[in-house]
Amino acid sequence: MRSRSMGDIIYTGVVYAFLIAVLFATFYPFWNVLVLSVNSASDTIKGGIYFWPRELSFTSYREILTDGEILHSVGVTVARTAIGTPLTVLVISLLAYPLSNRELMLRKPITLYFIFTMYFSGGLIPYYMVLKNLQLIDSFWVFILPGLMNVFYMILIRTYIEGLPGELVESAKIDGANDLHIYFRIILPLTLPVLATIALFTAIGHWNAWFDSYVFTYNPDLKTLQAVLVKILNQYQTGSMVSDAQKMADSAKRLAVSSDTIRMAATMVATLPIVLVYPFLQRYFVKGMTLGAVKS
Amino acid sequence: MNTAAAQAKATLPGNGKSAGIGKRLRQQKMLWLMILPAFVCTLFFSYGPLFGLYMAFINYQPGGSFFTSFFHSEFVGLQWFRYFFTNGDFWIIMRNTLAQSLLSLLFGFPAPIILALAINEVRSGAFKKLFQTVSYLPHFISWVIAANIIITLLSSEGLVNKILMVLHLTDEPIAFFQNGHYFWWIIASSNTWKDMGFNAIMYLAAIAAINPELYEAAKVDGASRMKQMLYVTLPALKPTIVILLILAVGGVLNAGFDQQYLLQNDLVLQYSDVIDTYTYRYGLQNSMFSYASAVGLFKSIVAFVLVLTVNHIAKKVNDQSLF
Repeated sequence: MRSRSMGDIIYTGVVYAFLIAVLFATFYPFWNVLVLSVNSASDTIKGGIYFWPRELSFTSYREILTDGEILHSVGVTVARTAIGTPLTVLVISLLAYPLSNRELMLRKPITLYFIFTMYFSGGLIPYYMVLKNLQLIDSFWVFILPGLMNVFYMILIRTYIEGLPGELVESAKIDGANDLHIYFRIILPLTLPVLATIALFTAIGHWNAWFDSYVFTYNPDLKTLQAVLVKILNQYQTGSMVSDAQKMADSAKRLAVSSDTIRMAATMVATLPIVLVYPFLQRYFVKGMTLGAVKS
Repeated sequence: MNTAAAQAKATLPGNGKSAGIGKRLRQQKMLWLMILPAFVCTLFFSYGPLFGLYMAFINYQPGGSFFTSFFHSEFVGLQWFRYFFTNGDFWIIMRNTLAQSLLSLLFGFPAPIILALAINEVRSGAFKKLFQTVSYLPHFISWVIAANIIITLLSSEGLVNKILMVLHLTDEPIAFFQNGHYFWWIIASSNTWKDMGFNAIMYLAAIAAINPELYEAAKVDGASRMKQMLYVTLPALKPTIVILLILAVGGVLNAGFDQQYLLQNDLVLQYSDVIDTYTYRYGLQNSMFSYASAVGLFKSIVAFVLVLTVNHIAKKVNDQSLF
């Protein structure tokens, strides 16, 4: 059995070549941004930086970390993530427990009430009008309130609860515990793995959200990091229309920092927390995703 | 004694139906309280906009309070829909939406299957984990970061142009973002890059569920590793592939918003504009609220019908196969 045929060796070779190509295509773009962000701006303009910095310089990071706008936007992003994530997980799991109870009156119509929103949406403009009428435009709460509910996550938790041994809840009921008590004492601790998955997804969603801040707020104090990054990106794109002449001018002035290296450094700052967090919770989300896939 | 036992029985799960409605309501008071927050959020943010869809049938003029404008605006029936279908934009928008969706599907659908099959061939657990972990990363970054990265890679100084020039496929750098003809391909490859690793999860889970005896039997029959992949793994994935393909087709109108909005510029608008970016531009940037609402409603209805149809088909296929 151990002998390996020529065919197997070639096949394995092709497989690994493919995987290494994928690995490169996935990882290199991030590496490239990192390298560009730590190369001196005046040198970057000359081009030709692909795999290694030529003139190491952390000026763009120093620039970012002393820039009031970017620092403030990081604060807003952290605030919305820290406030929004636990609230969302709480609201969703509070809903999932009653809906997992087969005795709940009107269980079917209530479930349908939530499921329907997965399939039909009013679209952007009526949604904007709702936000406007709720006085949420240009308010911090526009980052939190509309995201409190997510039907897909609710289904994940509900399925998980339905898979728990029913005796625990039953014996607590016989002991006279009310449902709120059962939820906090029994359901919440037991559903921690799936809640962790959902908290991760929600937190990453908050960290990555740009549209609500970019479109639904005008106050510069409410701009999130991603929204500031969109602004920088837009400036770069309009800039690249007149690029070459501008680049020559920049290069002539020998700027310590160009908008381009700032863009790279800001991109790195926005990416870093995600890179640090996502591998650790991989176990949970793979579990959660499979759970959802099997069910739906 | 008997009544007490009956009462105890009534509160036990499974016997709830024998209790009176009023009693059940009182018993379930806490459960209703727990539903309330989610119910209110959904009412405001999901059903509120549905009522707001009335805007698509009036000539909404901003100014004054919302409700006075809302109820005093002129009712115009299907005028905005007629306008959308006849002003020429409809065909461009639909072409772009479908082209970008279908191209993304063409690349993005097989890619995770191939990746999962390849990862499955890796025998070392550590490498398996490495390949998987790295391939998920792009899924978790925002499109803002992705757009920054993609624009850098495709710039005149970027690696893509460098490679093309080294291979003599082009003599001077291609300005990818100044010619609309590249845009659909950029979107399709960006989508594939971003979600390939994450979408492979489903297939890897299906592969993990394959009975190992099948491989043993194949080995005894002298099947090479490639043959094992072709005749054991791939057939086992077929149900998953079919279901996911059907569901993907149901989402063709959702070509995206972020990627187009962030990667496009005025030079490529003829090719980049999809339904969602169009709605945004007309509604929120040009303040044509009623027109944009109508376009949005058109999309919602078609998407709804598509998804229902596709779910129905998926269910039928599901029942037939051993899924």
